[in-house]
Amino acid sequence: MTTQETDVLVVGAGPAGLSSAIALKRLGVDRVTVVDREPEPGGMPRLCHHTGFGLWDFHRLYSGPAYARRYVHQALTLGVEIRTETTIIGWEDGHTLAYTSPQGLGVLRARAILLATGVRERPRSARLVPGFRPRGIFTTGSLQRFVDQRHLPVGRRAVIVGAEGVSLSAFFTLHKAGVEVAAFLTEHPHHQMGFPYAPVKWLWVDLLRRTPIRTGVRISHIWGPKRVEGVEIVHQGSGRREFIPCDTVVFTGEWIPEHEVARQGGLVMDPGTRGPQVDGALRTSLPGVFAAGNLLRGAETAATSAQEGRLAAQRMAAFLEGQPWPAHRLPIQVEAPLLWVFPNSLAPEDLTTTQPLTFRTAQFVAKATVEVRQGKRLLHAQTYRRLVPNETLRLQGHWRPQVDPQGEELTLRVSG
Amino acid sequence: MPTSYDIAIIGAGAVGTAIARELSRYQLRVVLLEAKADVGMGTTKANTAIWHTGFDAQPGTLEARLLRRSYPLLEAYVAQAGIPTERLGGLLVAWTEEQFRTLPSLLQRAHANGVTDVRILSAEEVYRLEPRLNHGAWGGLYVPGESLICPFTLPIAYATEALLNGVTLKLRFPVQAVHQGPEGHLLIGPQGQTVRARYLVNAAGLYSDEIDRMLGHHDFTVTPRRGELIVFDKFARSLINHIILPVPTPITKGVLISPTVYGNVLLGPTAEDLDDKTNTATSEQGLQSLLEKGQAILPALLQEEVTATYAGLRAATEHKDYQIRLHAAQRYVCVGGIRSTGVSASLGIAAYVAELLAEAGLPLRPKAHFKTFRMPNIGEAGPRPYRQDDLIAQNPDYGRIVCHCEKVTLGEILDAIHSPIPARTLDALRRRTRATQGRCQGFNCQAQVVDILAQETGQDPRFLLALEDDDPPVPRTLTHPAADEAKEDQP
Repeated sequence: MTTQETDVLVVGAGPAGLSSAIALKRLGVDRVTVVDREPEPGGMPRLCHHTGFGLWDFHRLYSGPAYARRYVHQALTLGVEIRTETTIIGWEDGHTLAYTSPQGLGVLRARAILLATGVRERPRSARLVPGFRPRGIFTTGSLQRFVDQRHLPVGRRAVIVGAEGVSLSAFFTLHKAGVEVAAFLTEHPHHQMGFPYAPVKWLWVDLLRRTPIRTGVRISHIWGPKRVEGVEIVHQGSGRREFIPCDTVVFTGEWIPEHEVARQGGLVMDPGTRGPQVDGALRTSLPGVFAAGNLLRGAETAATSAQEGRLAAQRMAAFLEGQPWPAHRLPIQVEAPLLWVFPNSLAPEDLTTTQPLTFRTAQFVAKATVEVRQGKRLLHAQTYRRLVPNETLRLQGHWRPQVDPQGEELTLRVSG
Repeated sequence: MPTSYDIAIIGAGAVGTAIARELSRYQLRVVLLEAKADVGMGTTKANTAIWHTGFDAQPGTLEARLLRRSYPLLEAYVAQAGIPTERLGGLLVAWTEEQFRTLPSLLQRAHANGVTDVRILSAEEVYRLEPRLNHGAWGGLYVPGESLICPFTLPIAYATEALLNGVTLKLRFPVQAVHQGPEGHLLIGPQGQTVRARYLVNAAGLYSDEIDRMLGHHDFTVTPRRGELIVFDKFARSLINHIILPVPTPITKGVLISPTVYGNVLLGPTAEDLDDKTNTATSEQGLQSLLEKGQAILPALLQEEVTATYAGLRAATEHKDYQIRLHAAQRYVCVGGIRSTGVSASLGIAAYVAELLAEAGLPLRPKAHFKTFRMPNIGEAGPRPYRQDDLIAQNPDYGRIVCHCEKVTLGEILDAIHSPIPARTLDALRRRTRATQGRCQGFNCQAQVVDILAQETGQDPRFLLALEDDDPPVPRTLTHPAADEAKEDQP
């Protein structure tokens, strides 16, 4: 058992964790340690062997793995310590985390901790999709590891559950593996491949591959005792059932934060995002513990996560220099069909800015007015042409100074 | 020429492997035949994973007797072999006045079954033990002996000890016909392979009626009774401290909520009679009814994510009791209709079957030495390798986590692939290590696990992923080179 002291301990070497570590070093923090459970640092972009990364952060286009390598290289050059194959297994106290690794067990004690443990996709079982449990069922993440990381065979004909940005990613990975895509399936009345995916979708899905997007359907049974032989779908309006032969099913999206370390630490969790509750400075409920990236809510782009990591770095540096931890903050709850709002709590200093917030909906809503209330008092109402699931929407923040810091909780809801 | 054995056992579930282990104590040539590619693949692997005391069995039945006989034997065995268990105790909750009124008769029944440590609890006592239960409980019955057990490790442990003590295990050997002659039984397997044995034990579970008919008997018919279950995330584990049992009905023990030795929480099973012995699919209605029951018993449970759903088939018959019969003239013992208590009663059944065989003239001469085996721990109550500094110092692979959700290390995966009954399929590896069984269901590690298994066993990943059948399935014969008195077996 070894014990090590550091100034900032970052859990998770993805875009949020690494960008934060880099920014901390640049802000003059002496010892920054990043741990990651994987054998290789870089996080999820390592799995995304397509372009589209880096425009925000580095002003040029990279593939996922190249983007990850660039962050790793920068971090190492600046003297960040990166420890891979290191898994956090518990909290000794609010500043000390225990880990296991091939070098044995140990504890890391830090003046501040950043949790940046990322997200996963909700697998078939958690979606309660009935049927057999054959081989051939994937999530986008497991599919990418099969195809790009390990070069393993996948199948011949697939259905993709979901019709949003990440579903397109699954589509291209299947294409690369030589798997025909029988259809995209979505429960919603429309697909959700809007900006910036629309032209890509039009060219590849509609024009070149002529892949149907089946809307308003739910997958109701998976057939095949050994290998997937097909799926049964239900049309939600009519209840009509239909069989689609295929040997592969890919479940895409439905993000769940990897919040194990956060929950082990007893942090207050937000019921909407299922990540830790944070204020505008990315402070969790535990003094000295910050959180950034898709652990906070699934899922934004790598660039957004990286930007959040840099914001967390500034706030951590301020905390290390003695900025006090807010004693009180106001949570913001969402009501269905809204899914989450971010940030999901406001500290007193968050009420002095007018920065926008972001939110997502679980369902399509046409001509929606979204309102913010404190108790019964209406603070803000904003109208949207439509709310689209799996798309992040912005909510103006000019109402923040009107919030009573000693008042009731805030609520975000669709009015009417 | 077929190899000749003193005794053949058909079926390597909890019951068949326990019988093989029991018989391996004696100077006998024993063969254990299994239709599937691994042991413990039928009812044994998909149930509620509870070690029953038999407190609620029908007194006077063989099931009640063998459950009672098994309990102390299993107590000693799990300690010796390192089978993951947790002695939590069961809490049977009465949700209506009518159910509450049946508690005294259940108490009496428990006493009649020799389970004397049960007691009736008031509603206050119930909520003191389980504060998160939904309101409305009238009271309960506390059964301290009801425990959790790992139904994956148990049959592998039995079969491994059997192997170490000279038993031959033939996997992927479905028995297609049984011929009887003066020499004994001639069992016809796939691809013209045969096994000759003087004595025969039928422990074929769901298929025990079909084997029984091959011997000319029509004593019972197996109706597969499907039970669907939902496994909740480990974050639900802190919600309960006991096995929460319902008041049983004649059809089923009912829907329970129980922790598992892996640190999850189970909700189930449903009970539905089918006619297809291979239908282990879950259903929309089944899962929905479980969620409703779970909501009624422990509302907080449904706030957590679901980790897995599965369905198992119990070997129910038209009779209310086990169908264990000795046909002495045929030198044949049928062990059928074990329904839902096979894991719990396994050692009692094994001891009883050995007595029946002795009665039929099989000489039971003990061996001088009996080898024991300790299984790797995959339960949360015992030490897991990733938390053991000394183990990691000896072999860093025990600190190299492959499956992050279940904290399964590379060292454990390699051990399972190279164990006496090696894991050669993804399912076999899953049941030996828990790899890919966690909350992400392989999002992170599935590809790596396939890769490791393919490399270590030299199998094509296409077979592992069932993209191609390696048809026709070739039976695989396992013996242990170090086994005493084991005669070489060449198919």
